Amino acid sequence: MSVDKTSANLDKSAPHGGGAAENPEAAVPSAAAVDPRLLVRQEGIFGYWDEFKRKMKAGELGSLPVVVGLAAICVIFQMLNSNFLSAQNISDITVTMVGTGMISVGIVFVLLLGEIDLSVGSVSGAASALAAVLAVNQGWPEWAAVLVAVAAGLAIGAAHGFFFAVLGAPAFAVTLAGLLFWLGFMLKVLGANGTINLDSDGLIGQLTTYFFADVAAAYGLAVVVVALFFVSSFLGNRRREAAGVPSRPLSDTVLRTALLAVVSFAAAYMYNQYKGLPLATVIFLAFLVGTDFLLRRTSYGRKIFALGGSVEASRRAGINVTAVRISVFGIAGGFAAIGGLFLASKIASANQSAGTGDLLMNAIAAAVIGGTSLFGGRGRTWNALLGVLVIVSIQYGLQLESIAEPVKYMITAAVLLTTVVIDSVTRKTQKTAGRA
Amino acid sequence: MVHVSATPVLALRGVSKRFGAVQALTDVELEVHAGEVVALVGDNGAGKSTLVKTIAGVHPIDEGAIEWGGKPVSISRPHDAQALGIATVYQDLALCDNIDVVGNLFLGRELKRFGVLDEVEMERRARELLTTLSIRIPSVRIPIASLSGGQRQTVAIARSMLGDPKLVILDEPTAALGVEQTAQVLDLVERLRERGHAVILISHNMADVKAVADKVAVLRLGRNNGVFEVKTTSQEDIISAITGATDNAVTRRAARTNGEVSK
Repeated sequence: MSVDKTSANLDKSAPHGGGAAENPEAAVPSAAAVDPRLLVRQEGIFGYWDEFKRKMKAGELGSLPVVVGLAAICVIFQMLNSNFLSAQNISDITVTMVGTGMISVGIVFVLLLGEIDLSVGSVSGAASALAAVLAVNQGWPEWAAVLVAVAAGLAIGAAHGFFFAVLGAPAFAVTLAGLLFWLGFMLKVLGANGTINLDSDGLIGQLTTYFFADVAAAYGLAVVVVALFFVSSFLGNRRREAAGVPSRPLSDTVLRTALLAVVSFAAAYMYNQYKGLPLATVIFLAFLVGTDFLLRRTSYGRKIFALGGSVEASRRAGINVTAVRISVFGIAGGFAAIGGLFLASKIASANQSAGTGDLLMNAIAAAVIGGTSLFGGRGRTWNALLGVLVIVSIQYGLQLESIAEPVKYMITAAVLLTTVVIDSVTRKTQKTAGRA
Repeated sequence: MVHVSATPVLALRGVSKRFGAVQALTDVELEVHAGEVVALVGDNGAGKSTLVKTIAGVHPIDEGAIEWGGKPVSISRPHDAQALGIATVYQDLALCDNIDVVGNLFLGRELKRFGVLDEVEMERRARELLTTLSIRIPSVRIPIASLSGGQRQTVAIARSMLGDPKLVILDEPTAALGVEQTAQVLDLVERLRERGHAVILISHNMADVKAVADKVAVLRLGRNNGVFEVKTTSQEDIISAITGATDNAVTRRAARTNGEVSK
């Protein structure tokens, strides 16, 4: 089946694939050999617009609701208080979100399996307590304490995974037990005092307080990111063309690169208006890029998606279901520990309230608000970034308005409920449009 | 027209399988040669699916022997069967709804380049494979959830062809299909035979069996109940073997005369 470019520019990056069912203009006569039902997109901007309209009709919203929501949040809070979109506030938001965001990345992994991990809050607290005890009370070098804490998180998560994958206990119950156990473990480790203050100039302290003050750092990173994106998409497309499979036209790649460039340089400019590029945000972005690559470009990631789609199919395809499950829970535990270190860094101490309160719920809510399906098999780690941005922006916005804690909870709850409702409704639309 | 080699690709010798108190298979014999389509028929619960699963390594056998190309082998995991060159297409297809066609075709044996998924090469080969099998689907980059039942079936069969297996097992491939799509799948089965694959075809549909199979092996209550040459056997004989009328001249005659009377 020879398919020319005009009739089959499949959107590779969209997880739902491209897909115009009835699009008469696109089924050009020159492609007579091509099935008329072929999912097609016209070239160029008009093609995007057509595809966008069709996707909206079919209920494939993707990240659109959360992006629109984020824009609405910005507009509303900016109208209420002109400090909301100030460089300082945005910088604060993007540093504060990293702790919860890291935990949420781990949650995305578990949700992709169609499972849930309720222990991540407690594990993050336990890891920060462990690091603080080792670094402060035992006098270990901080890097060693950090490594041990993250390794402990991985091991704890893998242990949960063992009970779930090997012994067959429901993940919900296992991690609920984990929630209680590691909370107790944290309180025991912290001892009678209950609070261990961290050296704010140490490695952990610096995690959220270090800024690359040099203006060149932020711009340089933006340049590198944009260039890497362009080169990799360009080379990828060249390979696709050479192999004779549908590829994006150059204009398409240029458009995407331009969009990324606008966002990157705007962010870099904004950071340079305040203290500079925050280290925490850079680490978070690096983890997001890394995990996205892991999930979508490696066979390990493919296995995780397969398990989220059909466990039986995965087993028959020869995938080691047990090993993948254990490793995914290990990853969740590891990211919980990393998140815990960032949260401890933010308050420069490990205390008894670490990992409790609304942390767990915010981490799960962030993944779901960002667009990760609760039923497994659909989602990306970037969802964690979008979701946590929404949650932390709301918190900061309400704080600027000095609105009390109870109202914050209620508003965050409303956002979560709205997201889930939008998700359910669009899923119904997708079913009627034949692409659930 | 079909060249049949002397040594069977796969031979089962006295295979038995128990599930707790249930004796699912007792002393089952089966031979499949290269370039031969063997239809495996039997009533519900006759043990067809269990037999297929023992060959595919899902349920290891309790007693008996499996010979592969004349040599005894042990198949205790699906991996063993795959390594030998046995591909199985199950009734419930075992595809991942959320993954696209290319991803499903290569699930569990992804092509890699520098340790990273080689999507380009996988997509190219997927298109090539679907073209050689004359399979038409809207796009290789849409999730399986968007395909119709028949399209899913063809994807599942195509998937079994990727490793260039010696033996392909099809579990009720036409059960859920319309007329046109059934014909396409039967064409596909014939194409597999032409390319020298051994095929085990499980089917309830006698028309399909007559259309493509060379031999019919009948299972009844977990035991062999006769192997017939399709060309020289009437449909009634096969059906009486399936339903349990013992296979002798008297019952055959009775079945025939009854048939004539009722006409």
